[in-house]
Amino acid sequence: MFKNVYNWIDERLDITPLWRDVADHEVPEHVNPAHHFSAFVYCFGGLTFFITVIQILSGMFLTMYYVPDIINAYASVDFLQHQVAFGQIVRGMHHFGASLVIVMMFLHTLRVFFTGSYKAPREMNWVVGMLIFFIMLGLGFTGYLLPWDNKAYYATKVGVEIAASVPYIGSYIADFLYGGDIVGAQTLTRFFAIHVFFLPGALIAMLAAHFLMIRKQGISGPL
Amino acid sequence: MSNHEQHETSHRPVQRKEMSRRQFLSYTLGGTTAFMMGGAVLPMVRFAADPLLKKKGESAYVKVVEESKITNEPQEFKFKIHQVDGWYESEPELVAWISKNQQGEVFALSPVCKHLGCTIAWNTKGKNEYDCPCHDARYSKDGKNITVANTPLDEYDVMIDQGFIYLGAIKPNTRV
Repeated sequence: MFKNVYNWIDERLDITPLWRDVADHEVPEHVNPAHHFSAFVYCFGGLTFFITVIQILSGMFLTMYYVPDIINAYASVDFLQHQVAFGQIVRGMHHFGASLVIVMMFLHTLRVFFTGSYKAPREMNWVVGMLIFFIMLGLGFTGYLLPWDNKAYYATKVGVEIAASVPYIGSYIADFLYGGDIVGAQTLTRFFAIHVFFLPGALIAMLAAHFLMIRKQGISGPL
Repeated sequence: MSNHEQHETSHRPVQRKEMSRRQFLSYTLGGTTAFMMGGAVLPMVRFAADPLLKKKGESAYVKVVEESKITNEPQEFKFKIHQVDGWYESEPELVAWISKNQQGEVFALSPVCKHLGCTIAWNTKGKNEYDCPCHDARYSKDGKNITVANTPLDEYDVMIDQGFIYLGAIKPNTRV
């Protein structure tokens, strides 16, 4: 049944080379944990991506209930976690996944650093990786405010005050993030927009560049 | 100019100073594209940056207490300000510690600890100092940071009118 559907489409659009190009490539022995168990360090990048996918999916579902408004944000989070079936699990995925993605990304960065994989000709991929790192930190920072509890409020207040200490442009950055005079209604909508639209858009673009480059250049050789 | 000479020059490749068709087209199309992109992007950028360009609301003076109630010993006074936060308006309560110095000059300090933002109070440990309950920061009566905190307590703008104390914006300490 599925095979027939696939063949019918393939006859018309010749889709086999498309996914072959993406999926069909050899994993070199030195990065395959089945050959050398210590090669598991090469899995952190893939794990980061896996968790990122979970973050995007669980985040999409969370927005079905979440409201970015100072009166209702906390209540909507409370509702989706405690009243909605599996709410605790979906929010838990997003909550714990957020920490895990930072951990995995950091381990991936360490692996790249200690195997010297950032060296020529892969310098650009290191730079893009660093951009991804900062986008992820931005996602963590903006997402932290959204439950609108005390921890969220003060973390944002402190974070924006740190940003405000940047020489010369600090106060402008702070105003841009606050969207007003205080951490309030406009800060919350701003952080929501940045968390849900701007940064994920940038993240996906950067991830595409990251993966295109690694496919083009291949994984770095053994130590 | 003779006919002969004219014939000679026509053999040389034509040197034109004006741009080629290709250049002209790419400039025009590029310019048009840039203009149209600008038309789409500029409103959005201005929209996002609006808070940077909005004038900061002047904080109005709020009547707090009669001047006669102020002593040399700092006292805690609560007062409500009108706060506009986007589409929400509220009346949050603020706290000020108001006292007089030796010259009888009235000043009001903000109770927000300059270390990590806890709420300080006067003389809770009997040392005639402002004490912070969180990390034992201490401040003098003028708000000067004695230990833990790096900067002195913030100060309210004070206005005295017909025997009443009015408090305004919070500013960095001017007394120490």
